[in-house]
Amino acid sequence: MPDAIQLSHVSKAFGSGDARTLALKDATFSAALGELHLVVGPSGCGKTTLLSVAAGTLAWDEGDVTVLGTRLNDLPQPKVTAFRRRHIGFIFQQFNLIPTLDLVENVSVPLLLNGRPRREAEERSAALLQRLGLGGRERKRPTQLSGGQQQRVAIARALVHEPPLLIADEPTSALDRETGHQIMEILSTAARSPNRCVVIVTHDPRTYAYADRLTEMEDGRIAGVHQGQVLQNFIASHH
Amino acid sequence: MFHLALRMLLGDRAKYLMLVGGLTFSALLMTQQNAVFQGLLSWTTSHMRNMRAPIWVVEGRVQQVNETKALRDTDVNRVRSVTGVDFAMPLFQGVLKARATDGSEKLIQMIGLHAGTLFGRPARMLSGNIEQLRVANAVVIDELAAERLGRAPAPGQAPRPLAVGDVFEINDREARVVGLCRTERHFFGYPYVFSTYDQALQFAPRQRKMLSMILASPRPGVPAEVAAAHIEAETGLKAYTVPEFERSTLDWIWKNTGIPASFMTTILLGFIVGVAIAGQTFYSFVLENLRNLGALKAMGASNGLLSAMLLLQAFTVGLVGYGIGLGLTALFGLAVSQGGQPPFLLQPAAVLRTLVAILIICFLAALLGIRKVAKLEPAIVFRG
Ligand SMILES: Nc1ncnc2c1ncn2[C@@H]1O[C@H](COP(=O)(O)OP(=O)(O)OP(=O)(O)O)[C@@H](O)[C@H]1O
Ligand SMILES: [Mg+2]
Repeated sequence: MPDAIQLSHVSKAFGSGDARTLALKDATFSAALGELHLVVGPSGCGKTTLLSVAAGTLAWDEGDVTVLGTRLNDLPQPKVTAFRRRHIGFIFQQFNLIPTLDLVENVSVPLLLNGRPRREAEERSAALLQRLGLGGRERKRPTQLSGGQQQRVAIARALVHEPPLLIADEPTSALDRETGHQIMEILSTAARSPNRCVVIVTHDPRTYAYADRLTEMEDGRIAGVHQGQVLQNFIASHH
Repeated sequence: MFHLALRMLLGDRAKYLMLVGGLTFSALLMTQQNAVFQGLLSWTTSHMRNMRAPIWVVEGRVQQVNETKALRDTDVNRVRSVTGVDFAMPLFQGVLKARATDGSEKLIQMIGLHAGTLFGRPARMLSGNIEQLRVANAVVIDELAAERLGRAPAPGQAPRPLAVGDVFEINDREARVVGLCRTERHFFGYPYVFSTYDQALQFAPRQRKMLSMILASPRPGVPAEVAAAHIEAETGLKAYTVPEFERSTLDWIWKNTGIPASFMTTILLGFIVGVAIAGQTFYSFVLENLRNLGALKAMGASNGLLSAMLLLQAFTVGLVGYGIGLGLTALFGLAVSQGGQPPFLLQPAAVLRTLVAILIICFLAALLGIRKVAKLEPAIVFRG
C-alpha cells in the first residue's frame, strides 16, 4: 500500500541550554493509506511531537518529511497551511470545538476554509452529523452534549471535507470505556471507506485491537513497528 | 468564515457588551466634547455674525472681537476718508448693569449703533420696529434679555418676558423696549440690548474715550481686504475683514485661554479610555479564544484569514459603539438645543474624525490579537 506519511531520520528539540529536550531522535516512521495506525508509548516519549510534525503543524530540526507525496521540507509556511487545509482532518484530545458555535457551524469549518459556499457546507455537515447519530441536534451547542457526542462532532469536522489523512491525538482518553469503543469503531470505518490513512496517538491499551499497524515509541525514538501476528502478540501482552 | 467570526463575537455576550459599552462611551465623550467645544468656539465669533459688518476697525492691539480698547471719536472721520471705504460708523459696545423688572441686577451687552444708519442692526426683528430706536431712551432687546429682565406676574409663577412697551433700568436710567430681536448668543453669555450710539453713551458710565469700534464697508467693487489694508496704512488703526477677525479671535482663544487644552484633554481621554477598554477586552477575548484560533490554524486557516476575522470582530464592535455614541450625542444636542446651553455644534468633520478615531482604536485592539495569532503555533492544540 502507498505511504501516506513518510518521516525519515527526523529530529526535533525543544528549548535550549539546560532546558533542551530532544523530543524526537532520528525517528523514521511511515503510515499507509487504508490503514489505521496507532502510535503508542509512555508519557513524554514524543508521540504528540511525531504527530505534529507529520501533520505539518510543527517545524522540525533534521530529517525529511513527506506527506501524501508532498515533501514538506521544501514547502513555505503558507503552502503548508494550505496543504493541511485540503488534505488533513484533525481530532484533538480536548475536542476543541468552538463553544459559541452550534454543531453544524463547527463541522462546516473545514469546508468553509476550503472555499465551499455556506449553504453547501451546512448541508453536508448536517448530513454527516446525521450519519454519526447526532441527527436532530444540529443546532445545539457543543457544551450541551456528552463527551462522546462532542468527540463524534469533532470526528464529523475532521471528515467533512473528506481528507485522505486523519490525525488524532488521544481521541478516547477523555471518554469512558464504552464510548471509547464507539469512537474507535467510527475511526476504523473511516480508515477503510474510502481508502484513508488514520493515525492515532494513544495511551489506551483497549484501543490496540483496532490497529492495522502499531508503532511503539520510547524516549523520542521508534522502538518498534508491529503488525500481523506480532501485533496480536503485542496486544495480548498488554491486556 | 466571516459569519462564524461574528457568531463567535456575539456568542461571548459579556465581552461583546463590554466592548460596545467602552467604545460607546469613548465615541460619546469624543463627539459630545468636540461639539460643545466647537459650539463654544462658534460663540466666540457670534458677535460678528450679529453685527454683520464687512470691516472691523479697532485699536491697534486688539486681537479678538470680544475685546474692546477705546478709540478717539475723530477716528471715525479718519476712516471715512480712506480711499476704498464706502462708509464707516461708530459702535459702542460694553457690558452694563441693568435692573430687571423684579428689581434684580443683570449684566447686559450694550450696543450703540450709529443713529442715522443703524448700521450693525440685528438681522431679525421679532416684534416692534428698529427705527423706533431713535426715540429717547428706546432700546431693542434680544430674546435672552427679554427673558432675563422679565418678572413673574405673581410669586411662584414663571417670569413673563419683557415685551414692546415695557420699561426697565440701565445704570439707573429708564430704558423703554421698542423692539424684540433674535441674536446668536454672545461669547460672554450676556443678552444684547441695542440703542443708538449717543443713547448708549447716556446709559454707560462716562469715560474719556467711549468709541469701541468702527464698522466699515468697502466701496462697491473694492474687496474688503484691500479696503482694510488701506485703512491700516492711512490711519494706523487695525482693520480686520470678517475672516481675518474670526481667525484672529480663534487664534487668541487657542493661545490665551485654557479652553482648547481642557477640551482636548477630555477628548484625548475619551480616546485613551477607548484604547484601554477595547484593547484590554479584545485582547482577553483573543486569549480566551486562543485554543479555538489554534484549532482553526491547524485546520488550515491562514494568518491572513484569522487577522481579517479579528479585524471584522473589532470593527463590528467599533461601528456599533460608534453608532450608539453618536446617537447619544445627537440626543444630548437635541436636549440642549432647547435651552441653548451648553453650546453645541456637531460638525460633519468632527463626526468623521470620531469615526476614524474609533476605527483606529479598534485597529490597535485587533493588532494586539493579530500579533498573538501570527505567533501562535497550531501545534498547541495537541497539548492538554
Ligand atoms: N512546546 C514544548 N516546549 C518544550 N518542551 C516540549 C514541548 N513540547 C513537548 N516538549 C517535550 O518534548 C517531549 C515529548 O513531548 P510529547 O508531547 O511529544 O510527548 P507525548 O509522548 O505526546 O507525551 P504524552 O503521552 O504525555 O502526551 C517531552 O519531554 C515534552 O516535555
Ligand atoms: Mg501527547
